[in-house]
Amino acid sequence: MNMYGIVSSVKRDYIADLARQGKRVDTRMLDQFREVSVESGPIKSAQGSARVKIGKTQVLAGVKLEHAEPFSDRPDNGVLIVNAELLPLASPTFEPGRPDENAIELARVVDRGIRESEAIDLEKLVIKSGEDVWAVFIDIYALDHDGNLIDASALAAIAALLNVKLPEDEAWTLPEFPLQKKPVAVTVAKINGKLMVDPRLDEESVMDARITMTTIEDGSICAMQKGGIGYFSREELEQAYELARAKAAELRAKLG
Amino acid sequence: MEKPEKLIVDGKRLDGRAPDELRPLKIEVGILERANGSAYVELGANKVLAAVYGPREMHPRHHQQPDTAVLRCRYNMAPFSVEERKRPGPDRRSVEISKVTREALEQVVFLKLYPRSVIDVFIEVLQADAGTRTAGITAAAVALADAGVPMRDIVSSIAVGKVDGTIVLDLTNDEDQWGTTDMPIAMVPRKKLITLLQMDGHFTGEEFKQALDLAFKGCEQIYDAQRQALREKYAIKRGNKK
Repeated sequence: MNMYGIVSSVKRDYIADLARQGKRVDTRMLDQFREVSVESGPIKSAQGSARVKIGKTQVLAGVKLEHAEPFSDRPDNGVLIVNAELLPLASPTFEPGRPDENAIELARVVDRGIRESEAIDLEKLVIKSGEDVWAVFIDIYALDHDGNLIDASALAAIAALLNVKLPEDEAWTLPEFPLQKKPVAVTVAKINGKLMVDPRLDEESVMDARITMTTIEDGSICAMQKGGIGYFSREELEQAYELARAKAAELRAKLG
Repeated sequence: MEKPEKLIVDGKRLDGRAPDELRPLKIEVGILERANGSAYVELGANKVLAAVYGPREMHPRHHQQPDTAVLRCRYNMAPFSVEERKRPGPDRRSVEISKVTREALEQVVFLKLYPRSVIDVFIEVLQADAGTRTAGITAAAVALADAGVPMRDIVSSIAVGKVDGTIVLDLTNDEDQWGTTDMPIAMVPRKKLITLLQMDGHFTGEEFKQALDLAFKGCEQIYDAQRQALREKYAIKRGNKK
């Protein structure tokens, strides 16, 4: 059930005590990400793909474009489907089988960032109204879970979309893939009353709560998700927003 | 329904409410015989039931925690609760809502008092008109109190959003569908601590702050109604078996 595994009380106290002093286990600043890298197009069998590393966390995202029937209530919209797999090879706490609540939450948080920012102009993905549209499948593959899968997954998803090569299909008539925004998710963890970005796995395992804020280029918010059993005060949320906005710009710059 | 040209006309919403006005709210306590605690909430056209079973022995046993009780939440929608029949059983949305509901409530419950036990919270949406997760949390918190589960406070929950550029409280389905932004929120009202926050749509930083202000106001009203409902039950029927 717990995707972060077990942590010893000694380490828990150590991390909490460091947080109180504004410090972290790996000597980072509270507002500092681990090293972030984005590799575009590692998978040739996908229309678009990207591998994102944040520290030792690794996520692969692949995009497939396929013909589909539109949803009956949205006959003039293409279809966007985001799926996330927490692979058993990525962590001793991940098990094979249907996506659990953590995988589902991860997929839905990434989905909302892309959908609500209207990053993809879905109206352009209609082939024949009500009958035939393009479906954009984004599959997120967590390869190595060392914390902050949400930010890595959201970044991999948008990087994979930026990498999309046009399908060789006569139904495809657009000059380019209709990607119009770059939403970026930044997760802020709260440990012992202190807010910090990009929690490592051991930090996630002791955090009280997290808040993910997905922002677009102008700094406005398109999606949020609080997680964990702890709480945030109003002031903390405002502080988290400032952090998320500043850090999203840094991550977006990695997309090239 | 086609998208209306305007969702707010002369400062009034389609159902006549002001932007900062809740829909009519009704809360009933202890309406189920077998559950240890229960509550029924109507918020506008939403009809939501919540039941609490426990603390009771955790099954399966290997899910028992030696030092604490486990809180389990299940949010579920009746197939007839929405316009087009919903296929019964959990889907991705309800799995996620169950998770954030549990995380919204867990903060206030003194779980450590009941090692090896489970407290089950079942939320059933009978009729839906946007805001079912928040109505579910509002109902579940009252049901937990009705069950006599020790808590720090009662969790109150409501959604705020943006419709036609205006920050509004408690969106209807039409407003959710045609508006810009939906932000469900839950809090521990006495200490003003936020235990659930989700949002989709579009907010500037300034709008986010305004929305938080409105959410605090809304939750206060919910909180008053929750306490009033509990007071009514336990004041009038004191001494009676529930």
